[in-house]
Amino acid sequence: MSELISQFLQSPVFGIGISLLTFYAGGLLYKRTGSPLMNPLVLSMLMIIALLLSFHISFDDYNRGGQFISFFLGPATVILAVPLYKKISLLKENVVPIIAGISIGSAAGITSIIVMCKMFGLDELISISMLPKSVTTPIGIEISNQLGGIPSITVAAIVFTGIAGVLLGPMVCKLFRIDDEVAVGIAIGTSSHALGTTKAVELGETEGAMSGLAIGIAGLITVFLAPLLAKLLM
Amino acid sequence: MKYVIQFAIILAICYVGDLIHNYLALPIPGNVLGMVLLLILLLTGILELSMIEDVSNFLLKHLSFFFIPAAVGLITCFTILEGKWTALFIISVVSTFIIAVVTGATVQILMKRRQSLE
Repeated sequence: MSELISQFLQSPVFGIGISLLTFYAGGLLYKRTGSPLMNPLVLSMLMIIALLLSFHISFDDYNRGGQFISFFLGPATVILAVPLYKKISLLKENVVPIIAGISIGSAAGITSIIVMCKMFGLDELISISMLPKSVTTPIGIEISNQLGGIPSITVAAIVFTGIAGVLLGPMVCKLFRIDDEVAVGIAIGTSSHALGTTKAVELGETEGAMSGLAIGIAGLITVFLAPLLAKLLM
Repeated sequence: MKYVIQFAIILAICYVGDLIHNYLALPIPGNVLGMVLLLILLLTGILELSMIEDVSNFLLKHLSFFFIPAAVGLITCFTILEGKWTALFIISVVSTFIIAVVTGATVQILMKRRQSLE
């Protein structure tokens, strides 16, 4: 029996199977509750980590299957051009405010991350991994790799960010009297990517569309800003 | 067959992005170059949306599934993150706050200024 189990753990089927199963379970829980805290990715991650820890299974065993899933990060990044293409007409009417807003906002964000990482005394490896934390996950992983960070830490920060955006985004806008629909949408999409966008869609059609547009643009702008600011300020 | 061809097109763009990244030694990740390339192909009409739309929609719909192994990889970072979780959490939340306010305020100010000029 233990022979069978250890053979199973050596197979890529283990990593892929457990990912599918936990993601499905996470999806069901999310549908039931509708709470941003019940994020399927977070639930799946927590279940798999708990399983690996409690049965003393190594990450390498899991990743024998996991690497096949990670392969799709490439195509997943490339096809982000599709939602951007569909929404690009929205950009044309307000190109200057949108591009300026996303650039200045992202630069302020990255700068604040560098400053806070120094305040908390985090080492450079962790700080670098935090820089792309407000962009969409596939681009964030790419930027983290490019800068020599740890993509797993980036993903964790991206998820924290997304949940914070869902819970706080609309409130922050109200607090600072940001009431223009375009401004609210761009602010939410730039600060908290696709997760925040789920909330922006609830606020209204313009907010949702603008937030969706901001995901791709903020990702592309951060690709340039993150290495630049890292060089200047770190 | 439709899906096979669509996926092949996407993979080819991915690969070309990597090639550009490697040969020009650009500091931009290959997959992001692939994304820009696809956007250009679509905007110029060289590629029709329908030539990749079904596979794109499938991947976009289940996007977060592909992040699971990277997220689980956090398990290998537990030692270096020990005692730093609070900092990580605070930095994530506060910077999200800052980005939302600065971005939103900038967009709003610029739009109002333009409206008043008109």
